Amino acid sequence: MKFEKIESKIAVLPVDNIDTDQIIPARYLKSISKEGLGEGLFRDWRLNADGTPKPDFVLNKPEAKGVQILVTGDNFGCGSSREHAPWALVQSGIRAVISTSFADIFKGNALKNQLLPVVVPADAHAELLKSPWATVKIDLAAQTVTLPSGRVVEFPIDSFAKQCLVEGIDELGYMLQQEPAIAAFEAQRVGSVNTLR
Amino acid sequence: MKPRTIVEKIWDSHVVAEKPGAPALLYIDLHLTHEVTSPQAFSTLRERGLKVRRPDLTIATMDHSTPTTSRDLPMLDPIGKAQLDQMTQNCKDFGIRLYDLKTTKQGIVHVIGPEQGLTQPGMTIVCGDSHTATHGAFGALAFGIGTSQVGHVFATQCLLQTPSKSYAIRVEGALKPGVSAKDIILAVIAKIGIGGGTGTVFEYQGSTISSLSMEERMTICNMSIEGGARAGLVAPDDTTYQYISGREFAPKGADWDAALARWKQLPTDQGAQYAKELTLDASTLEPMVTFGTNPGMGIPISGAIPDPASVSDPIEKSDLIKALKYMDLEPGKQLKGHKIDVVFVGSCTNSRISDLRAAASVMKGRKVNPHVRMLVVPGSMQVKKQAEAEGLDKIFREAGADFREAGCSMCLAMNGDQLEPGEYSVSTSNRNFEGRQGKGGRTFLASPLTAAASAVTGVVTDVRTLL
Repeated sequence: MKFEKIESKIAVLPVDNIDTDQIIPARYLKSISKEGLGEGLFRDWRLNADGTPKPDFVLNKPEAKGVQILVTGDNFGCGSSREHAPWALVQSGIRAVISTSFADIFKGNALKNQLLPVVVPADAHAELLKSPWATVKIDLAAQTVTLPSGRVVEFPIDSFAKQCLVEGIDELGYMLQQEPAIAAFEAQRVGSVNTLR
Repeated sequence: MKPRTIVEKIWDSHVVAEKPGAPALLYIDLHLTHEVTSPQAFSTLRERGLKVRRPDLTIATMDHSTPTTSRDLPMLDPIGKAQLDQMTQNCKDFGIRLYDLKTTKQGIVHVIGPEQGLTQPGMTIVCGDSHTATHGAFGALAFGIGTSQVGHVFATQCLLQTPSKSYAIRVEGALKPGVSAKDIILAVIAKIGIGGGTGTVFEYQGSTISSLSMEERMTICNMSIEGGARAGLVAPDDTTYQYISGREFAPKGADWDAALARWKQLPTDQGAQYAKELTLDASTLEPMVTFGTNPGMGIPISGAIPDPASVSDPIEKSDLIKALKYMDLEPGKQLKGHKIDVVFVGSCTNSRISDLRAAASVMKGRKVNPHVRMLVVPGSMQVKKQAEAEGLDKIFREAGADFREAGCSMCLAMNGDQLEPGEYSVSTSNRNFEGRQGKGGRTFLASPLTAAASAVTGVVTDVRTLL
């Protein structure tokens, strides 16, 4: 699957350090498949104990219908390594998250699931925070975000991760092709590493 | 040769291939796996007709969804049971050694690795779990990965990785009585914030760290992720070698001598460069406790809950207000003396025998406060056996605490051990996120000593008043 340009309204969730337990609580991790995880997305911020929606939560607003871009506070995705977090976001239609930084493990997991973590400078972030539901464009190939004001800012991304997304490269397939190098590495290390008998 | 850090040395010796424009292919020496983050990775193998490349370097356990009630009882949660059954089937189908609930070696993945001697210096170790840095206590480069990467390691025994920068965390001076390794790491995280180490690997060093036991070093490395670092480690020394020697998977005879010679080359060279550095004076530390909804929101036990009015950054301010609202706490007040409902001693941070001994030393001859429910959950069945041999189980039970079977338990509340909405806990685990220990539950993170003291009094307590 190739990653296309995104043009969408933004949902703004101005909270720093949103951890993966908030993105999807642990009780949703008992599944042995990837299906149906959208139900757990921000479960305890989104719904009351009786299962009714909390009207003030950003993704429950009528404007949130069809939103593909989430703007959050700093250090999004900290905490647990659960890949269920990007799975749940993607299953709920989110294709990019814009923040000032991402936790390392979450960022890696997101990139492996066609979910784009976009880091923008503080001034651009401030503009986005002030512009809920405005339309924003993200062009991965050009590595640019077009802000509501029309200003274009660049964002960084690991070149290999970008290539995988843009060209639809399968990372595991790429790694399997390197089997001869792996075998040679193992042969050269025999006796020098632990083998679990 | 350019002086290198221990992280650079381990990295250099594990690079299988490096192609321009792509991350390095890094070899993984030990892959630990559990029931929660592996099923979808096994499904990938099946869909693509792949095998586990090195089942001999792969170890599985059951810990997260695992009941801590008697192993003779039937498992009541059908979804959790299905996950455990799937793990059994996956390990059978792919030839992986599994420590299931019937074995005497089952336990939390980060407790059993070191316990069995699987964790060794200089190794690359991964697990689909963010607390994998625990193994860094042995001078291993150990970090958490997502399920896609679990699949990559199953299929290739490698990961695509870019190197991390090293962040030196120096701790100097002697700890005061009642202050422990947990307080050191909570103080570090309070200082740098939970994103402070993003993109780095912590190297803990200094006289305080050198004087710590392996179990104390594990507690510190365990919470590296709570400071934003995927990995954290301590260079191996005689304490490390003595711990490993004689364990089931430790090298023996001539292999041991060869391993020891290799391990002694690992410590960081003089003059090696760190991207960041922090120094902490251990002699000034008090027992630490968290008041908020992330592990960086920690204060000394004599300190006051911060006031949002004194915070200038608008998002930081609103986050603090949000945290205090969730925790139902007043700024400016002390946390000491706050009533609690539950005490949890356990988790991959603090469930080893020395943690249980510390908690028992406070509980001995005392009772759990009548309005407090106390849960003591050993990190492994081996820890449980040792605790029973030392009579610690009796101390806990006589005090009125519940002494359980091994598992992650109330750290993440996947197995039915959980807080009720609104309840407060003092917990020796690693995360105080909203709902982490049960929906609506409120967590104060602290050391085993502080947890035990608080169990006795029924309020958040300075353990030094009970020593």
